Amino acid sequence: MKAISGKALRYGDNINTDLIIPARYLNITDASVLAEHAMEDLDPRFREKAATCCILVAGKNFGCGSSREHAVLVLKASGIKAILAESYARIFFRNAINQGIPTFEVEGTSDGFGEGDQLEVDLKSWTVRNLTKARSSGLRPLPDFMMSILESGGLVSYLKERREW
Amino acid sequence: MMTISEQVLARASNKASVQPGEIVIANVDLLMINEITGPLAVEAFEEMGFDRVWDRDKIVAVNDHAIPAVDIKSATLMKKMRMFARAYGIRNFYDVARGGIAHQLLVEKGFVGPGKLVVGADSHTCTSGSVGALSVGVGSTEAGAVMGTGKLWFRVPETMRIEVTGHLKEPVMAKDLILKIIGEVRADGATYKAVEFCGEGISKISIDGRMTTANMSIEMGAKTGIVEPDQTTINYLKAKTGHSVPLIKSDPDAEYAEELQFDASEVEPMVAAPFQVDNVKTVDEVQGTEIDQAFIGSCTNGRMEDLRIAAKIVKCRRIRSGVRFIVIPASTEIYREALREGILETLLEAGAVISNPTCGPCLGMSQGVLAADEVCISSSNRNFVGRMGDKTSRVFLASPATVAASALAGKIADPRGVWP
Repeated sequence: MKAISGKALRYGDNINTDLIIPARYLNITDASVLAEHAMEDLDPRFREKAATCCILVAGKNFGCGSSREHAVLVLKASGIKAILAESYARIFFRNAINQGIPTFEVEGTSDGFGEGDQLEVDLKSWTVRNLTKARSSGLRPLPDFMMSILESGGLVSYLKERREW
Repeated sequence: MMTISEQVLARASNKASVQPGEIVIANVDLLMINEITGPLAVEAFEEMGFDRVWDRDKIVAVNDHAIPAVDIKSATLMKKMRMFARAYGIRNFYDVARGGIAHQLLVEKGFVGPGKLVVGADSHTCTSGSVGALSVGVGSTEAGAVMGTGKLWFRVPETMRIEVTGHLKEPVMAKDLILKIIGEVRADGATYKAVEFCGEGISKISIDGRMTTANMSIEMGAKTGIVEPDQTTINYLKAKTGHSVPLIKSDPDAEYAEELQFDASEVEPMVAAPFQVDNVKTVDEVQGTEIDQAFIGSCTNGRMEDLRIAAKIVKCRRIRSGVRFIVIPASTEIYREALREGILETLLEAGAVISNPTCGPCLGMSQGVLAADEVCISSSNRNFVGRMGDKTSRVFLASPATVAASALAGKIADPRGVWP
């Protein structure tokens, strides 16, 4: 998998999927239209920021709440290339990998990451380098099985190639 | 030796035993989709190249989130569900007026039972743990994968065992108990774990109350919540299906990641204040907060026991003028039973509006959306920013008894003050 680099877009703990995409828009099926409402109750400037900061860095329990995969779809459609958080709600975590978005747990705290910091994710060493702050943090390696889904570009292409698990 | 979750995943993956942390590919016993997550699942399933479902009788498809259709977009999603059901011969398809909220249906129609491995494209799928199933919420793409293959990968979860002693004192309900537990475990305290509820305090709780308990396990991050099945489970499912089901229990020497104890007799009416479900307080800490709306319904608390207790509280009284009291039975079966028992009449006389079964207001989709700055006390499951409407509206989660007492008072009130 290629190295991922970009600027950090920072959010805190317990960002739930209702905040990522409110249910009142779930009748919209076009992801690019749906994405116009991404994070709107939390951060009205999200879309503008995501245009230049493509690595979302959050605290604990990111993506808690509803199972709506729309939450991953709108982040993806807004230009988010990777997600780093201290921990995830399990359904969101699986959804993100299944949509082919590199999504990893940062070991320890995410406090040292600032908005706009230049980051480089290196999957050979499972680290994220913060070039702005000249420091590194470990990432928790994904099980091989999840990595192979991610490397296929997501679960649809994984199963399309193999037709079985 | 194994916990309930380990036993189910070992059986479903054809292994003699499994360990927490291990990844297994398991055969799924039942898949549920709804009109919000289902169309995306069907799209993924077709994109994967499948042209038939693995077992049409193991798929339950439900239109429930905002029914009947609220706009053209929602009508289109429901139409896609009908077309899917027709194209793939899905007999267990529940449309408007045929069923109700999916999580209620799976249990009440006897689709699930002890030891079954159930997945559903909705986070509250864990509700089926009320009858001893290992039931897990998934996203749409995974639901599509299950449609095609009948299988899914699972990480075998660690188990958190919660033993409940003592008995709840009426009008304190299972909702108060689970809110109390969530307040202690916190919103991410059970992440990736299976929670097993056991003990005499749980065994005294009805299936209705157990559904509330299992349902809200997701609000502490759990993969699932399983109530240890017992004779109450057998009796319930026998009445629904005519069959006796075998029980499943954790082995006596099974290992738990954590063991917690709660005394049900000490639980008071609890309220989860905005904007997190683990922001749990006793009712006296928030009583007096003025409300605009009171809602009883949702997959968490729209069952007979919930409607009965509400009717008992508001009987021969009028709800406060200016409060919108919305009551939504969780299924058509419950609606009819409540009608026969005269409960709906009592609620109507008190000033409630009764809506058809749907998820609607719980997630701000229909039948009771909140305007700016409005306050709702709700028997549902989430109080996040914007959950029931405008981002400045506020939702307090409570038991149906507390919601009914609050509807009478026009402000958050302790149900013990009006308990007959």
